[in-house]
Amino acid sequence: MPILPNMPVLDLVKSFKLKTKQQELLIRVSILCLVYVLAFITRLFSVLRYESMIHEFDPYFNYRTTLYLTQNGFYDFWNWFDYESWYPLGRIVGGTLYPGLMVTAALIYRILHFLRFAVHIREVCVLTAPSVAGSYDNEGVAIFALLFTFYLFVKAVNTGSLAWSLASAFGYFYMVSAWGGYVFIINLIPLYVLVLLITGRYSMRLYVAYNCMYVLGMLLAMQIRFVGFQHVQSGEHMAAMGVFFLLQVFYFLDWVKHMLSDTKLFQAFLRITVTCAVAVGAIALGLGMLSGYISPWTGRFYSLLDPTYAKDHIPIIASVSEHQPTAWSSFMFDFHILLFLFPAGLYFCFKRLSDATIFIVMYGLTSMYFAGVMVRLILVATPAVCLVSAIAVSATVKNLTVLLRSKNKGVQTGSTKGSSSSKASSKALLDQSQPFQKNGAIALLFGAFYLLSKYATHCTWVTSEAYSSPSIVLAARGAHGSRVIFDDYREAYFWLRQNTPPDAKVMSWWDYGYQITAMGNRTVIVDNNTWNNTHIATVGRAMSSYEDEAIEIMRSLDVDYVLVVFGGVTGYSSDDINKFLWMVRIGGGVFPVIKEPDYLVNGEYRVDKGAAPKMLNCLMYKLCYYRFGEMLTEYGKPPGYDRARGVEIGNKDIKLEHLEEAFTTSNWIVRIYKVKPPNNRW
Amino acid sequence: MGRASSKEDAGALFHSLRSAYAATPLNLKIIDLYVGFSIFTALIQVVYMAIVGSFPFNSFLSGVLSCVGTAVLAVCLRIQVNKENKEFKDLPPERAFADFVLCNLVLHLVIMNFLG
Repeated sequence: MPILPNMPVLDLVKSFKLKTKQQELLIRVSILCLVYVLAFITRLFSVLRYESMIHEFDPYFNYRTTLYLTQNGFYDFWNWFDYESWYPLGRIVGGTLYPGLMVTAALIYRILHFLRFAVHIREVCVLTAPSVAGSYDNEGVAIFALLFTFYLFVKAVNTGSLAWSLASAFGYFYMVSAWGGYVFIINLIPLYVLVLLITGRYSMRLYVAYNCMYVLGMLLAMQIRFVGFQHVQSGEHMAAMGVFFLLQVFYFLDWVKHMLSDTKLFQAFLRITVTCAVAVGAIALGLGMLSGYISPWTGRFYSLLDPTYAKDHIPIIASVSEHQPTAWSSFMFDFHILLFLFPAGLYFCFKRLSDATIFIVMYGLTSMYFAGVMVRLILVATPAVCLVSAIAVSATVKNLTVLLRSKNKGVQTGSTKGSSSSKASSKALLDQSQPFQKNGAIALLFGAFYLLSKYATHCTWVTSEAYSSPSIVLAARGAHGSRVIFDDYREAYFWLRQNTPPDAKVMSWWDYGYQITAMGNRTVIVDNNTWNNTHIATVGRAMSSYEDEAIEIMRSLDVDYVLVVFGGVTGYSSDDINKFLWMVRIGGGVFPVIKEPDYLVNGEYRVDKGAAPKMLNCLMYKLCYYRFGEMLTEYGKPPGYDRARGVEIGNKDIKLEHLEEAFTTSNWIVRIYKVKPPNNRW
Repeated sequence: MGRASSKEDAGALFHSLRSAYAATPLNLKIIDLYVGFSIFTALIQVVYMAIVGSFPFNSFLSGVLSCVGTAVLAVCLRIQVNKENKEFKDLPPERAFADFVLCNLVLHLVIMNFLG
């Protein structure tokens, strides 16, 4: 309609007024866009503060494999045997990784190149991240795949269509290719089906959805070599198979009941069938478990059910910091107001029970249990907690706005959970006459919006302070408040890359393996994959022995260089001396000659004069504190004062017989030693 | 007596099942025949595996799972096509059959990759 200058303003505004549906769509789209922009921006803190680089340890392996994939193509990548790690064993990379992340990044890279954006693969990897740009890890793709699969499956149950079930099978395949945590899906979905059967909410749609998804999903999952035949052989996957057979029996009985008109006959038939089915199932399961064909739950997942298991039996799983149980402070730090909104949301879910809300309740409860057992799994719980809390907030806000818009007296509110601090006062307010009802509702609405805005601020602050540090570059405040950057790790790796022969083998603790192969481009003895416990124990034994015994082990492994991380000069506390007891435990787990009490004094771990003699003379101690006895680290303290432990070291006069110092970084964080060849003449 | 009555029961059960089944439409009976055929093929493969051993395991699995898979998908088709199911009365049988064909296609492609 043409805009004429003498048209009244009100009519003009009215001509642009949208219908309610369009308004709703506009609001939805703009909210989603804002959320997307905010989510993207909060992940950029570390890129802005440091530079665009890969963080931590595992992402370096992922980056190296993605680089290989883009350079050599999928066939070579899938059949890659890596001889540059785990010397002399090598590693079958194609068969021992989850390719989903690498394939996704390579695909994005190819699409961008096709559109003529010449980005480097490293930039693509940096920005494919779960929580902060640079932490290029499996969870970045896995959480998306997890939610995608759940969404598709719930949709399939709602519609009963084979096409949606096929889509959810593909979603499951994507999840299996991305992360080992797919076991969560393959156990939650059968549990969900079981709950629906028990509560009587089953229908034909459930049968169609679960069966199609299970059979096709299982077949697709077995195409990933790392997963292999686990879907039919491992105890962790048996729940899905059990529910599959249960569904067949259940629906068969349902069908027979539908065909028979006489209930007495049907009861007889029911008895026979149920006893047969239960007997056959029990015998099959028993035979499988007894003969060992169906393997029991592996250590990694068993420790989720029994958290004390790993500490006693498998020290290498217990030593990983991400596997520790979660403290309450971590929950509060990560979840903030969601901690009390989650139970509120559960209440609302139970109020309007449907297939979908049953699912979200189950997902939320199981994932919260596992998040309590292992701190890394907070990542899996977060989407469920957000969804359930959002249900609480939206129900509250809806009830309050209904109250605001209502013109009648005696309007009942549902419940006003949300700002629980003003709950008591709000009940009193609502008993009074109508104007106060409206004021109360407005006050509560403001309270709810205040809480939500505080939550957004808190999350941004948390991301900025706690989660944005690439652990490969350290930062600290200098004496005058200026920022000091310690780039020692990269300094050492590039020294290795440029000053050692290309076939040199480097021995270090397994934490640094991926970084050494990715950045230093040298062969390592053990790395973060930790697939061979004996090999790691050999390295641990070498680090904990006297120099004469250690040199034998190092010569047998063809080691040329040894790399240790030392935080005594800078006060960096994640160094090898603090990790040393784990080396002893893991080494002692395989070689009984290494005993942990030898390194402790009265059960205490010390490095000063009162330390155990074996501790003062073992290889790790010597390599870390070589020449440190003359070093003045802090004003007013004697030379050889270890700032990370806060003591003066015990053995200052260290002489190395079979190794010589090759390189120490500028802040003494990484120290590299060369193994001397055997003496020519005695 | 218990014995005679249970025999009578079994006989009556069998007869009533048979008469009820005879009333199902022809297209559903054809699907049931196909399901029975696939299960029978799967059983033959299992017996063969019991005789000669399970190496290579992926071939055995792909064979058995293709039979079980088509059986399960055929049952899903039967459910969706059956006029008595109120939930699926809006679904045209052509769409159900197209879904069935698509899922079978995916199933057999994966099987062929897995056969080794």
